[in-house]
Amino acid sequence: MGKRSIIPYGPQHPVLPEPIHIDLVIEDERIIEAIPSVGFIHRGLESLVDKRDFNQLVYVVERTCGICSFQHGMGYCEAVESVFGVEIPDRAKFLRTIWSEMSRIHSHLLWLGLLADGFGYENLFYQCWRIRERVLDLIELTTGGRVIFSVNKIGGVLKDIPEDQLRHILSELDAIEADLNVIKKTFIEDYTVQSRLRGIGILTREQAHDLGCAGPVARASGIKADMRKRGYDAYPHLDFEPIVSNAGDSYARCYCRLMEVFQSIDLIRQAIGKIPGESDLSVAIKGNPDGEAFFRCEQPRGEAVYYVKGSGKTFLDRFRVRTPTFANLPGLCEMLAGAELSDVGLLVITIDPCISCTER
Amino acid sequence: MSVLKYAPEALKNLFRAPVTTSYPAKPFEYKERTRGRIDISIDDCIGCGLCTRACPSSALSVDKNAGTWTINRFDCIACGYCVEKCPKKCLTMEQNYQEPGGEKQSVTYQKSPEVMAEEARKREEAAAKAAAAKAAMEAKKAAEAAAAGGEEK
Ligand code: SF4
Ligand code: SF4
Repeated sequence: MGKRSIIPYGPQHPVLPEPIHIDLVIEDERIIEAIPSVGFIHRGLESLVDKRDFNQLVYVVERTCGICSFQHGMGYCEAVESVFGVEIPDRAKFLRTIWSEMSRIHSHLLWLGLLADGFGYENLFYQCWRIRERVLDLIELTTGGRVIFSVNKIGGVLKDIPEDQLRHILSELDAIEADLNVIKKTFIEDYTVQSRLRGIGILTREQAHDLGCAGPVARASGIKADMRKRGYDAYPHLDFEPIVSNAGDSYARCYCRLMEVFQSIDLIRQAIGKIPGESDLSVAIKGNPDGEAFFRCEQPRGEAVYYVKGSGKTFLDRFRVRTPTFANLPGLCEMLAGAELSDVGLLVITIDPCISCTER
Repeated sequence: MSVLKYAPEALKNLFRAPVTTSYPAKPFEYKERTRGRIDISIDDCIGCGLCTRACPSSALSVDKNAGTWTINRFDCIACGYCVEKCPKKCLTMEQNYQEPGGEKQSVTYQKSPEVMAEEARKREEAAAKAAAAKAAMEAKKAAEAAAAGGEEK
């Protein structure tokens, strides 16, 4: 038995986009145990419920995270909408779906780039982010913001995507898909990528299930869980199957996310094909929320849960989010135990950690 | 062998124009919907203060009597909620962003003297009308009281 020591990892580390601290108990070069600690960027967004009214809170909630900002705002709005018991117009549902999938594409491309950077493939990193830029341009064109969309409101959406922009989105998606096919070959087939990812950080189906992992991490371990299948917004009208892999290693997680980008492109195409004609974008909301509701949606990183409780006042009593990274952290610790020290950076990346979300 | 696999891509990239643009030599083109900064056509503002109450980041303040509208541009998160709420539609979202600066400053917009004078005149008119109405009311009451007194006698 070798000598045990503890290596502090993070919160400042070149591979980490956001601060998380992990104490790595190592024996020689092998990790015995990983003990995470979070809390470096807690902003207390949930407690703002008693300072901002429920309408203003839309803009607060969407700033929970810079990558899945749209779905945060949307999840909150849908939770409040179900407290009011209102159904938003069909066109608004389709618009929300289109924007959700766009944000999934940009999030996954960001992650693919970070992963490539994590295993030292700088060129691939730049290629991913180059493609991502086109999606960001589409987002700016349709919403007015590149990162924060600010198009949700309680009862619907604020902006429409007119016909010419929808056509432009379709043609851009074709170009994005062509570009993606080039990098897909590298991610899927390249020898260096495979040797760096295959068999690293295996999370079995049982482990993923028992630890309650969410999103691509769970799907890469063979759990067919996708909240979009629950059928909110326009998803019941769209035809898709969750992308699942059984290997449970880093390669499978990379594969799932890469294929989900193609799936999202397909979903946007379907949604644009089926979107109902121009109509009202929102329904009027009267009074204040009275009651409580849960809403679950599929963010790029997995299932997010929103809870709101109001008692007929302009200020909510309670608002809470459970973010996917929070669900995936136990999975990460499981992956790290037994891994090589040199793989830590890569493994932390493969769960697509979003610490700002987690700490809110 | 795998070198050959990348050769077509490498060659393509060699002859392709750069993806990046050389800002600021080539200026950035804003989209029509870009949420850059808030502008106000101050003379249309009625000082109702709905925007200040709507703003989630408390970046706005209004003084109705002085005819001013103040925004702390560094606090503003360009959410556009004030634009949506303004009853006079005098707020607009402009495309170009706020320029960066060393410290937070606020910008105050002041109504033009003509509009202020016009408003003051209207206020005076309204006050005069109210005073006249009040006087008429009092005169009527006095007359009624006198009549009632007369009957008693
Ligand atoms: S855009 Fe938003 S943050 Fe800025 S002044 Fe208006 S309401 Fe406030
Ligand atoms: S809401 Fe419009 S009219 Fe009212 S104070 Fe603000 S800018 Fe002026």
